[in-house]
Amino acid sequence: MASFEFDGKVIETDDEGYLQNLDNWNKEMAVYIAKKEGIELTAKHWELIDWIRDYFSKFQVAPAIKSLIKEVQKLENIEDKKEANKFIYELFPDGPAKQLAMIAGLPKPTGCV
Amino acid sequence: MAKIKASYKVPILTGEIKIPKVVPGASAYEKMYPGIKEDMLAIGFPASLEDGWETKAVGIFKQLLTHNKALKTYMDICVRCGACTDKCQFFLGTADSNNMPVGRAELMRRVYRYYFTPAGSLFKGLADAEPFSEKMIKKWFTYYYQCSECRRCSYFCPYGIDTAVITMAAREIMDGIGIGQKYATEIIHKVFKIGNNLGIPPAALRNTLDDLEEEINEATGKDIKIPMDVEGAEVLLVPPSADFFAMPHMESLIGYAKVFYKAGISWTVSSYASEAGNFGMFIGSYKNTKEINKRIWDEARRLKVKRVVVGECGHAWRALYNFSNTMNGPFDFLDGKYKQPTHICDFTLGLIKDGVIKMDPSANDDKIVTFHDSCNVARASRMGDTKDGQLTIPRELIKACANHFFELRDGANKAQTYCCGAGGGILTDEVMNVRIAGSMPKMQVIKEVMDNKGVNFLALICAICKTQFTNMYPLYGFDKEMVGGVHQLVSSAIIL
Repeated sequence: MASFEFDGKVIETDDEGYLQNLDNWNKEMAVYIAKKEGIELTAKHWELIDWIRDYFSKFQVAPAIKSLIKEVQKLENIEDKKEANKFIYELFPDGPAKQLAMIAGLPKPTGCV
Repeated sequence: MAKIKASYKVPILTGEIKIPKVVPGASAYEKMYPGIKEDMLAIGFPASLEDGWETKAVGIFKQLLTHNKALKTYMDICVRCGACTDKCQFFLGTADSNNMPVGRAELMRRVYRYYFTPAGSLFKGLADAEPFSEKMIKKWFTYYYQCSECRRCSYFCPYGIDTAVITMAAREIMDGIGIGQKYATEIIHKVFKIGNNLGIPPAALRNTLDDLEEEINEATGKDIKIPMDVEGAEVLLVPPSADFFAMPHMESLIGYAKVFYKAGISWTVSSYASEAGNFGMFIGSYKNTKEINKRIWDEARRLKVKRVVVGECGHAWRALYNFSNTMNGPFDFLDGKYKQPTHICDFTLGLIKDGVIKMDPSANDDKIVTFHDSCNVARASRMGDTKDGQLTIPRELIKACANHFFELRDGANKAQTYCCGAGGGILTDEVMNVRIAGSMPKMQVIKEVMDNKGVNFLALICAICKTQFTNMYPLYGFDKEMVGGVHQLVSSAIIL
């Protein structure tokens, strides 16, 4: 178990930095977590954060990579799937499954991924 | 994560595998995260170390020795000949003597001699014997989770000692006293709670499959479906859940769908048995292995299918092919015409040989392909009807789908394959340096065919191998797009 201090409160995380209590998440905290990851959040980042959070609230799991790519193609008007994938990795260099999930306040995906 | 990356120790690839000079304790600080309370309790283990744990540990050990004669034999018969010492990718990569298979096993044999041999209980230190202690358990937790249970050492052991059995027993004893590993225990809990390692609930799974169907339709113009929970389908397909989530895994799922479509065979995946993988096996827990395995056969019965086909997942194939019949058989409710279960490679190759589906290998002419044998398929199981089918069938299938294929060096593949470096329940980021070290021997021989043959595609039949190499390739300076499934090749080559 680990934790970090944010806004005068101790926020508990798992050993890898994912929030223990997902309800603790807010937008300011996302900015803070992203900074720790070396990322300055832009409007493009937020589009994906908002979408993945919306998906999670509907389905209780993060979206599959192909569903995320499909959404990015729509949002950014990118025809080529590989280009859309590249776009995601430019925003979140350590990949959407782990880094985007962490910043968006979702659990880390488990399994053979 | 960026911080962790600075500490990654990535070897330079020369194409050679050198035996390192021993550095005692070199990887003593690489540790797994401990299992969390709710997962440990949910799958039948204490949450943490409790008073009197030593007695309990001896009790579990004794029980294992009684029920598992192989373990008892392996404790007794090692003559320390040293044949295994340089065969483990984790020793080759870390240089830590506790990662020599005999060194790792010695951590258990010392305790075994203390409690279970007359010499050990009388002469202790003189007989290289010592009791359970927190210090020893810490060593166990470190080094029995730096073993991928790949059994390469066993292949070279003149006595045939299966070191994976020792690793599994050590993990079972540790779990029994509340010392668990987060990665595996969390995953097993998710399988029981939701149905798969990733925790994808039915509605999310259907949504993912809808997106995939749309993609296939756009790419092919064909109305190819991925049915879910369809009663009365002929085939229940059980893939690793990574096939529903990650890349390059999803490309293989598309490949399976095209094969079923073109062959006109009705099929379904299940939202209940949505996982082929069985992490119960990784932690040596018979009870959990059996329960996870049972889900698949229960679902086959409920959906009234005629046969079960297993997707590209290495250890799942072992868990399903080797153990199902004794754990949860017989399968007389399925059609006796078919092998139960059938490997997807065997299934697809059979359809090609019977002329039911056709491949155009020129569709993969941009690829120069090599194949990495996954440990649990190559060394722990069989496939098809002929000897060594587990080695020949995937290769025949690749050659039917691609014109350019080159083997990796002899002695590093087939039954002597080096592990990808992350099997056996260690595909987790906190031990990235162990994974990098363990990947080194295989990466060296891959580098060799990249240089000499221009190989630009690594074909795989295991979800763990796919993720591990997709993570490793960029660290070594290669594009991760050069890694993919055998059914990704099928997907490109099949004439629809």
